[in-house]
Amino acid sequence: MPSICFYFQVHQPYRVGKYTFFDIGSRHDYEDVEKDISITRKVAQKCYLPANNLILNLIEKYKGRFKVSYSISGTALDQFIEYAPEVIDSFKRLSDTGCVEFLNETYYHSLAFLFSRSEFIQQVKLHKKKIKELFGQTPRVFRNTELIYNNELGALVESMGYKAVLAEGADHVLGWRSPNFVYQPSGCYRTKLLLRNYHLSDDIAFRFSNRHWDKYPLSAEKFVQWVKQINGSGEVINLFMDYETFGEHQWEDTGIFNFMEALPEKLINIPEFNFVTPSEEAEIYEPVAQLDVPSFVSWADMERDLTAWMGNNMQREALERVYSLEKKVKRTRSQEFLETWRKLQTGDHFYYMCTKWFSDGDVHKYFNPYTSPYDAYINYMNVLSDFIDVLDSTIPSRRGKHEKYQYRSISI
Amino acid sequence: MKVLMFGWEFPPHISGGLGTACYGLTKGLSKKGVDITFVIPRLGKKPERSHVRLIDYTDVLQAYPAKDTASWATRLKVMAVESLLEPYVTEETYLEMVKKISRTGEKSEVFDLSNDYGPNIFESVSRYAKIAGLIARQESFDVIHVHDWMTIPAGMEAKHISGKPLVVHIHALEFDRSGIHVNQRIYDIERAGMENADQVITVSHYTKKRIMEYYDIPEGKISVVHNAVSRMESIERYHVKKNPSRKYVLFLGRITFQKGPDYFIEAAKLVLDRARNTHFIMAGSGDMMPRLIERVSELRIGTNFHFVGFLKGQDVERAFAMSDVYVMPSISEPFGISALEGAIYDVPVILSRQSGVTEVLNHALKVDFWDVRELANKILGVLSYGGIHDEITTNAKKDLRNISWEMAGSKILDVYNSLM
Repeated sequence: MPSICFYFQVHQPYRVGKYTFFDIGSRHDYEDVEKDISITRKVAQKCYLPANNLILNLIEKYKGRFKVSYSISGTALDQFIEYAPEVIDSFKRLSDTGCVEFLNETYYHSLAFLFSRSEFIQQVKLHKKKIKELFGQTPRVFRNTELIYNNELGALVESMGYKAVLAEGADHVLGWRSPNFVYQPSGCYRTKLLLRNYHLSDDIAFRFSNRHWDKYPLSAEKFVQWVKQINGSGEVINLFMDYETFGEHQWEDTGIFNFMEALPEKLINIPEFNFVTPSEEAEIYEPVAQLDVPSFVSWADMERDLTAWMGNNMQREALERVYSLEKKVKRTRSQEFLETWRKLQTGDHFYYMCTKWFSDGDVHKYFNPYTSPYDAYINYMNVLSDFIDVLDSTIPSRRGKHEKYQYRSISI
Repeated sequence: MKVLMFGWEFPPHISGGLGTACYGLTKGLSKKGVDITFVIPRLGKKPERSHVRLIDYTDVLQAYPAKDTASWATRLKVMAVESLLEPYVTEETYLEMVKKISRTGEKSEVFDLSNDYGPNIFESVSRYAKIAGLIARQESFDVIHVHDWMTIPAGMEAKHISGKPLVVHIHALEFDRSGIHVNQRIYDIERAGMENADQVITVSHYTKKRIMEYYDIPEGKISVVHNAVSRMESIERYHVKKNPSRKYVLFLGRITFQKGPDYFIEAAKLVLDRARNTHFIMAGSGDMMPRLIERVSELRIGTNFHFVGFLKGQDVERAFAMSDVYVMPSISEPFGISALEGAIYDVPVILSRQSGVTEVLNHALKVDFWDVRELANKILGVLSYGGIHDEITTNAKKDLRNISWEMAGSKILDVYNSLM
């Protein structure tokens, strides 16, 4: 009996505002608060609130037979709390149904795993605490930023006690194998590995409204036919996608909400299928094999590797610089510095510097507030230069005293 | 296909993008099998009474290596018409030229200024058109192709005589050169030429839009053919030993209103406030130069700001090779070939958004010309943060792969064919 597992990623970064070379040393407010507010509120209206409402209705309608899971980044949660608290309330209502599982990730949706284990673990713990605090659940399943995964991450996740970890069901990882089974990270014996079925997931997330797609338009009936074909040749179907698919990437007028509303009924009516959360999936199914993933996979772009964030020298330099500050930042024992530094780690900043597809203009451009990756890089490096200057002038002197730098976040 | 083309400048005498474009386009067209009679105005050393003389192309193309020219140049016949016209001449500078020639003591029986060259630029242009009419009677061709306003009357005359279709190729408009202080007579010539033309070619969508807006030419009558850049593979790369603590920022172009050199100077001041080891090179000449020299000294940045005059040949190459960033802050630039040259020489390019070349050069930094602070920010960004240089130059090279004179040539050939 194949189980269908819906997992939605919910993320909003803190946006860095326009910050020129001339601002270095003269102001230290990096965030574009107005933009954060307006985007958070806009996406709440277009996506989070109506989608949560839809999911809640479906859960109530099918009396516990429809289930979903979310991973909401800490930066998104904090912005909801501050700018759109009704979104938090609606997630709480979802949590109360008992049919919704919240996953654990790095608080700042960061690439910390690639640069600092200690920082990575701290951010994961922060996020865990936040989920517990808001929704009363202790997450038992982990997913790393943008499904970045390799053997080492699998092993670390097991040592941290998680039931399962999510990853991309990339062809170059699976080879002849199918993503529609539960696997185990290489060398692990408890933690399970849940792989995204990227064909079916992207049919909804990317192709749904594409009029040039030969399968367009996608109806719930059609999708169920594809899912049915897996019956007998797989045990699980992991549909992992950005939650913003609903109403933001695919606008409401594409019919995406109607699709989602119709889909559970079609599946629930087939006796062989059911819905599960990632934890349930990990409990029910035994791994068919250990999966060796020596190099990193992610769910980004065609390459499904790290090149969306680390594909060029600008990105690597920016990442190396920001992570090189860990000791300095932590030595200040300043919560404010720590938060600023962590906000600068959010993956989006480096994604904006990606040059891979710049000439073609595509998804990177759509999600990029900068007119070019070079602008994104210069702006980020200006901010980082200032932050480094501020840090350097705050480092304790030899006598052990803190020279308090006049640092403050100015809210607009 | 035979073309009668009224163009500008051929190597080795190239003073700007117009000449470079004419050279590249004729090369691209010849490679597509098009025969060209290329007419240029030129002040010969020994003027002949006939006004028109045939130039041996080996003489014209001597600056270019044989490998580059041999295969296609046989399709090209170059004719020079005695004339004081040259690219970028204005009403005022024309008068100065006339005065200068009469002063330098050439005998007036050779340079009969009032009759031969015209007392002002418009006379000169219409005289050129009359000679064009003579050429049109002699030569056989299928289409007439002219470049910018000074050759428009020539094209119209040739069309009148021959009845052949006319293509007007716009590399720059009076609106680009002069901003709001448009010379009405030049505007009228441009407008008449485009109305009279069977098809208009522009070097960018940017210019196409302006032509539709300011000249009321219908969209369907305007084709866009982007310029390209010659790769000069045969020329040895200039290697300059760089002093890593010294950074050079290059401006290369005519020092005129259109090119925005004043914005470059204001940005230089802002950069020098932050990075004192930066040096600014302004290569080119033009009517704004005296004022700008004054401005540089007023800002007290003279020790870091260098006017090096008009550069050609290897000096251009050397200037690019030693520079860490090339800035083209044009106020209105229909295309801007020199930005592509920057990319060829591995120099990161900062362009004004008001330039057509941004349509083909993705991998460049772009600013609005008036945003001096942002221009300075980007100069400082390129000079300060190591990651950008290699990334942007490597990717710009990829942009260049999609650009060639052959491609431009075949697009123009399509335009010709559509008129047959």
